[in-house]
Amino acid sequence: MSLIRTQGVGVCVGARRILRDVDLSVRRREIVTVVGPNGSGKTTLLKVLIGAQAPSEGVVVREAGIKIGYVPQRLAIDQAMPLTVARWLGLSGTTAKESHLQIAEQVGISVLLKQQMTSLSGGEFQRALLAQALLVRPDLLVLDEPTQGLDQPAVASFYRLIEDVRTDLDCAVLMVSHDLHVVMRSSDHVICLNGHVCCQGTPTLVSAAPEYQALFGFGAEGALALYRHEHDHRHDHSRGGDSDTG
Amino acid sequence: MSMIIGTTIPGAATVILDDFLWRAALAGIALALAAGPLGCFVVWRRMAYFGDATAHAAILGVALSLGFSISIFVGVLLASLAMAFMILSFSGRMFTVDTMLGVAAHGALALGLVVVTFIPGVRVDLTAYLFGDILAVGYIDLLIIGVGSASILVVLRLRWERLLLLTLNADLAAARGIDIRRENMILTVMLAVLVAVAIKIVGALLITAMLIIPAAAARPVSQTPEWMAGAAVAVGIMAVVTGLSASFQWDTPTGPSIVVAASVLFALASLFAMVRPKRPR
Repeated sequence: MSLIRTQGVGVCVGARRILRDVDLSVRRREIVTVVGPNGSGKTTLLKVLIGAQAPSEGVVVREAGIKIGYVPQRLAIDQAMPLTVARWLGLSGTTAKESHLQIAEQVGISVLLKQQMTSLSGGEFQRALLAQALLVRPDLLVLDEPTQGLDQPAVASFYRLIEDVRTDLDCAVLMVSHDLHVVMRSSDHVICLNGHVCCQGTPTLVSAAPEYQALFGFGAEGALALYRHEHDHRHDHSRGGDSDTG
Repeated sequence: MSMIIGTTIPGAATVILDDFLWRAALAGIALALAAGPLGCFVVWRRMAYFGDATAHAAILGVALSLGFSISIFVGVLLASLAMAFMILSFSGRMFTVDTMLGVAAHGALALGLVVVTFIPGVRVDLTAYLFGDILAVGYIDLLIIGVGSASILVVLRLRWERLLLLTLNADLAAARGIDIRRENMILTVMLAVLVAVAIKIVGALLITAMLIIPAAAARPVSQTPEWMAGAAVAVGIMAVVTGLSASFQWDTPTGPSIVVAASVLFALASLFAMVRPKRPR
């Protein structure tokens, strides 16, 4: 049984067709990643899935009563709104202080709780966004390019965090990402999107697909090589090295 | 409000309310209570022009109320609501929102001023509706203002978290299952109610000032949205009290005096923010 599934979903804005014939499904505990070039409709697809945008055609079926934790691609907090990290976490609807502290600890923002959201660095801000999404206790975590603006070590630790979260919360993760090499390592299912679903399946399957290679070219080959290399062992000594707070 | 009545000996409340100055103060304080938190949303969502447009439409509402001999409150409420929903549904089609608002706001204000000249009978003095006439607030007015403000506060309290999330990011709110259209509609209705309530107190031209200035003054001293809302109420009440006293003392127009007081408080708060030593992270 899928948490969420679409059937023949299409989106038109004016005369422009952004998405067509999208069939996908996300099951519990699955990490699904959407890859695709700019303007391929990735963000639109996520918006349809979370219910922020109605599809022009097709259906979206969500399992009754599922909770969605969403990390938007961009969130501009107006300087006019005072908002501490602690208050931001409170907007999750979970008010228990212990949960706040626990999640803040987990994503590494516990020393920032009294700071204003607008004073955070890029990496800290992304973590604060994720922390709120996690506090919702989501069945489905939806992340739109969660690692943009992060440096390489920060990206690596972010994806490790996502894998931990999946185990802890027993939730599914659906994300849009440009980090092809990491995607290929940590996803269960990859959807290659370009207005429509070009191909989808396991990372190995998608990497080998001609549609995928046509879209990503040599970068795709490299990603596959990296995937094979890194899949069988884990660099645990790099776990503590979160250096994205600069 | 109840505090002032509560501290007087029973039976004396009526005597005190007889005094026009007390009624004015109570009306102003009731307005400040609702305008504080609602004004925060106007500031956060950059709706200043939106507030202006609904307020200017209020003059058209006044003209129509006089023409059809219905309650000013009802007429203003209807005109403000109509204006608000018109802007909501038309904006973004061909012109940007600020152009739409510029046309709609001034069009409605001008139309109101023209229409009122066709009303037979006594020559109507619109000054009271443009700048307010807080000293003429009667018992019925006070009741309407009290009920209007209280309703706004109750609705804001119930929908606070939802409105905050929506203000921060609409998609985030949608993912949480919040009905965005509905919440936007509720906020719009609250603004229209506030305009209808406030027109008697500060007048159509200065309503936006009562929404924005206290909230803006509260910003530098606030850490959270709730602090800012509370501080905005405090600034609003201080502005009403000082404005009224100054107006009584020096015989200045009351509505503008209140707004001047609020502006001075805003200047002080901004100054405080500038000289306050920045705490290192």
